[in-house]
Amino acid sequence: MLARILGRRADLPLDSDSLGRYLPFLIAFMVYLAILALMGLVILNALTEKWDTGVAGTLSVQIAPTDTPSQDAVLLQSVLRTVRATDGVASAEPLSKGRILALLEPWLGAVSGSEELPIPALIDVKLKPGTQIDVASLSERVSAISPGVSVDDHRVWLDQLVRLLQTIEGLAALVLTLITVATVGTVVFTTRTSLAVHQGAIEVLHLIGAQDIYVAGQFAHRALVLGLKGGVLGLLLAVPTLWGIGALAEQMDAGLIPEFNMTIGHWSVLICLPAVVALIAMLTARVTVMRSLGRML
Amino acid sequence: MDETESVIRFENVGLRYGLGPEVLRDISFELGAGSFHFLVGESGAGKSSLLKLMYLALKPSRGLISLFGRDIATIPRADFPALRRRIGVVFQEFRLLEHLSTFDNVALPLRVAGIREADVQTHVAELLSWVGLKDHMKSRPPTLSGGQQQRVAIARAVIARPKILLADEPTGNVDEKMALRLMHLFDELNKLGTTVIIATHNEHLVKNLGHPCLVLEAGNLVTTGAGSRNNSTPQNNSTPRNKSTSEAETKGSRRSGTAA
Repeated sequence: MLARILGRRADLPLDSDSLGRYLPFLIAFMVYLAILALMGLVILNALTEKWDTGVAGTLSVQIAPTDTPSQDAVLLQSVLRTVRATDGVASAEPLSKGRILALLEPWLGAVSGSEELPIPALIDVKLKPGTQIDVASLSERVSAISPGVSVDDHRVWLDQLVRLLQTIEGLAALVLTLITVATVGTVVFTTRTSLAVHQGAIEVLHLIGAQDIYVAGQFAHRALVLGLKGGVLGLLLAVPTLWGIGALAEQMDAGLIPEFNMTIGHWSVLICLPAVVALIAMLTARVTVMRSLGRML
Repeated sequence: MDETESVIRFENVGLRYGLGPEVLRDISFELGAGSFHFLVGESGAGKSSLLKLMYLALKPSRGLISLFGRDIATIPRADFPALRRRIGVVFQEFRLLEHLSTFDNVALPLRVAGIREADVQTHVAELLSWVGLKDHMKSRPPTLSGGQQQRVAIARAVIARPKILLADEPTGNVDEKMALRLMHLFDELNKLGTTVIIATHNEHLVKNLGHPCLVLEAGNLVTTGAGSRNNSTPQNNSTPRNKSTSEAETKGSRRSGTAA
């Protein structure tokens, strides 16, 4: 009784055909892939942003060690003054010896009592936001102080990395598009099959005066329900996968990987996805049936 | 007969399937409102094709068909459903929807027309008890006997009170007694003003009821309106007890051409 009031009455036996049997699984598969692609896109986006804002606007100046530590200190002060006097530089701070050793650790291993080890001094330079400085001229000026001083612009390798990430992002977007196309195609073909199976009943409905929209509505409603079913199934499959990826990422060093927390925005996108897919399925079924019926007298 | 009274008019209608030969040739006739005709002829003479043209399942290859005074070639496709709702059809093999209950089958024409569900419930229940299927409302067609299915098909054809009722061999697989009972049902409907055309093989029926005949022979309409008054052709299968002779007259458009 409740079903009769809430649900739409089906005049066609759509439950019993291939549309009903396979479509939810096909759609679940699509939604699963779509969620992975979408999440990949979101994570890459966050990553690019982090690297872009975190590393852009910084330079480092490297001062090769000389034989005498006292000379090193003088040199460092002199270079610091030059760098700080440059337009666009917000701050320039020398890195502590401990920090430099930590950075070198992957290559040198834990070095203790490293007084004897000639270690270059590093100056971490932060630029004022939105400024571009002439790295070449700065490089020239500091080299004039001592030939062992060089400027390392992070921008150069960062740009390449960001470009790589953007390419991967583009690929993820392409995958999403392909998934959408495949979903539409799947619905079109299953709907056509279903139309052929129910040809007789559709003809009867047609001849007793059903509008095309009446018949198409039944297919569309069915596709909506099946799409929702498949979408939710796909979402249920995707959530553990996402959780697993999240757990893996947490175990890694957080230096390069952004702190990625699912925001309410992300969750709502995920939850909306089955609905979006169901809507696509519904519209596709409707258009397919309307076009096919349009050929009838 | 008044021109506006004409419900079905065919003028030089020809029909061919694809590139095949014409299955109907130069069909011309005119049926008035409230008339009752039998459509007779041997198998393959084109009876079903002629009915299909009338219930808008086929387009004529040539010629003019007008229903309710409108040339169907000028009617936009979007208006066809409304037109079809005024035409009740009893299909040859019934064409009931097997997955639907008797009730839902009969309710279909009302539902596609968007009638309020409360009205659907009362009307369908009323008609089903009238045709003696009160106890089978929830049964599905495959569980019904041939005669019961036939009554479901007829109930579905008449539920929306069509202005035209077309029936293709509606008595094809029931006994003589049942056939007469069904004919009585059509008579009742006809009394309410519906134009009725029944294609049949059953000569007894045609003789007993005495309505005028449209006779098809190999795609040609060899006679129309052999009623009591317009005795244009010597048809022994119509008798003078046609109750609605004046209305039932067809305009005597004899077909031309030769019989094959």
